[in-house]
Amino acid sequence: SRASSAVLARDNYPLYIRSSPTENELKFHYMVHTSLDVVDEKISAMGKALVDQRELYLGLLYPTEDHKIKYGYVTNSKVKFVMVVDSSNTALRDNEIRSMFRKLHSSYTDVMCNPFYNPGDRIQSRRAFDSMVTSMMVQVC
Amino acid sequence: MEAAAGGGCGSGPPLLLSEGEQQCYSELFARCAGAAGGGPVSGPPEAGRAVPGAVTAAAGTVADLFRASQLPAETLHQITELCGAKRVGYFGPTQFYIALKLIAAAQSGLPVRIESIKCELPLPRFMMSKTDAEIRFGNPAELHGPKAQIPYSVTEKNTFKRMDDEDKQETQSPTMSPLASPPSSPPHYQRVPLSHGYSKLRSSTEQMHPAPYEARQPLVQPEGPSSGAPGAKPPRHQASLIRSFSVEREPHDNSSNYPEEPWRITEEQREYYINQFRSLQPDPSSFISGSVAKNFFTKSKLSIPELSYIWELSDADCDGALTLPEFCAAFHLIVARKNGYPLPEGLPPTLQPEYLQAAFPKPKRECTLFDSYSESMPANQQPRDLNRMEKLSIKDMADFPVPAQDVTSDDKQEQNKARLALKSTVDEALPKDMSEDPATKSGLLPPPPALPPRPCPSQSEQASEAEIHPQLNRAPSQAADSSPTKKDTPYSQPPSKPIRRKFRPENSATENQEPSSTVGGPASAATGKPHTAVQKQSSKQKKAIQTAIRKNKEANAVLARLNSELQQQLKEVHQERIALENQLEQLRPVTVL
Repeated sequence: SRASSAVLARDNYPLYIRSSPTENELKFHYMVHTSLDVVDEKISAMGKALVDQRELYLGLLYPTEDHKIKYGYVTNSKVKFVMVVDSSNTALRDNEIRSMFRKLHSSYTDVMCNPFYNPGDRIQSRRAFDSMVTSMMVQVC
Repeated sequence: MEAAAGGGCGSGPPLLLSEGEQQCYSELFARCAGAAGGGPVSGPPEAGRAVPGAVTAAAGTVADLFRASQLPAETLHQITELCGAKRVGYFGPTQFYIALKLIAAAQSGLPVRIESIKCELPLPRFMMSKTDAEIRFGNPAELHGPKAQIPYSVTEKNTFKRMDDEDKQETQSPTMSPLASPPSSPPHYQRVPLSHGYSKLRSSTEQMHPAPYEARQPLVQPEGPSSGAPGAKPPRHQASLIRSFSVEREPHDNSSNYPEEPWRITEEQREYYINQFRSLQPDPSSFISGSVAKNFFTKSKLSIPELSYIWELSDADCDGALTLPEFCAAFHLIVARKNGYPLPEGLPPTLQPEYLQAAFPKPKRECTLFDSYSESMPANQQPRDLNRMEKLSIKDMADFPVPAQDVTSDDKQEQNKARLALKSTVDEALPKDMSEDPATKSGLLPPPPALPPRPCPSQSEQASEAEIHPQLNRAPSQAADSSPTKKDTPYSQPPSKPIRRKFRPENSATENQEPSSTVGGPASAATGKPHTAVQKQSSKQKKAIQTAIRKNKEANAVLARLNSELQQQLKEVHQERIALENQLEQLRPVTVL
């Protein structure tokens, strides 16, 4: 099946977007964009309460066509990860999704460690990051 | 020819020449004659007596050739006399051949007699000087001197004819068949580039190519023990090549010019890298922070994506700092890239940090110096942590020239935070920690240059390493004021990793609000001691602990921000409360009693 991942900066511009090959990339961009609203809402809502380290939410179930489930994840520096997967896959993958986000986060910090990376740059073909994401998405399918 | 020889000589036995000799002599004669312009006869009046139609060799040329035979002048005189040239006044073919034969005889140690030439003789040898060869025989190209000539010409000249000539030249193996040499030549030719490094040999072989093999090229090795076996030829030549080029080739061979091993660091390269490392970071067993390394490697003028890729390859533990082996690997990759090698997909095994450390164990030696370094150790450790925390936003870089005061306050806070994380005690008052700080701060304050002013306290690292308490995270307990501003600027500051589940239960807002710092005085005092102990730890342990520390730092950062936000809220709430109380006051009916 298909899966997609996106990393968005604090100011909501994309740092990295990657879809599995069959995915319509433009559609995915759009989905990410719309999901940002929901993400922002959740963040602001969370601000008052106790802050959990991460948020995990079953996102917008896409009303039309393929049922895509979007998951969101926010780091404490307000960097957002969004993942879209086909709902045709088995449910009850909460732990898997969490672990995937964890991996994403870990790779992201590794990218940060690189002094030649300026925060706010697109994450460009990071040998580690990109390959990790694609392998992860392949696993999901 | 014999008849002519006999006739020309007038006296003396007919000259018997073997096949090889004949060919060789005739060629030589042709050369001499050709160089002479065909026909002129030197020597005076006898010219008239030249045999009509016969070609004679110019005396000067011949003289040079004879001189090249390296026989004493006296012998040469004798030879010329004997061969009849003196008599007839010119070097006709007969005389020439006889002379050559006599030369061969003389070189073999036989007396210069006519009788000598009756027997089988090896071919005469001529050591041609460079200029002679050029002038007489028209070698256009630059030659490397007689020594080099034969081997190269052996390798270069693939024509069978030339091979034959060389065969004739081989005094060691007069009977060597022509076929023997060509097979040996190609392998030799191939061997030559491999063993001689690239650029040197290419230039020299190119030069050799145009050099026609005209005269009898000298053999480098004196004929002697080596047999005429074909196999002996290449090694001999190779030996000569090696001899002549060993000096120049030394650095080439040692450098990573092996086609198979461009990723191997040679000794001298490593020395150079280490010196560069030292220039950035005096302690070879410590780290170079990412920002320092970035500045340094940017000077190499590679593009940023490439440098970024190289960093990815070489920073194996992804901690944003380079240890000495990592630095060497990165430097080596940069050097390779600048020399045109494509960057590898993965870090080659010879550049792995473990390999490098094993291959060139150095840090042990430095251990003894650590006492002197103990003060600077914190500073050295600092940049590494600094970088980890920072993740290098440009703003952070700009933060560095912040006045020292900020730095100190940050130092205090950072130290507090870290100690907190490690000691997992919550209740010590902030001022107490602050008082401790100056003692250690002095060690911290002179950090390596170009570091963002976000010192991750090495003290904490030291302490943690000493105690191996990596995982306990407590409330950050910051004096919140300056931390939010600093923490907010790098939005990319890594948040605490979700892996630390234990962090969540411990994270309570109330604790966050306490402006308390943990880790009292003993930590700071003790940090002096653990320095030396720490250094002795294995690097692996260090790395593990440092990763843990990094995670802790991130958690700390998160908590600090939380703290600041909560404090903001607290302020607001306070203000609201005050407002409400005011209102209440106003609304309360004045009770007059």
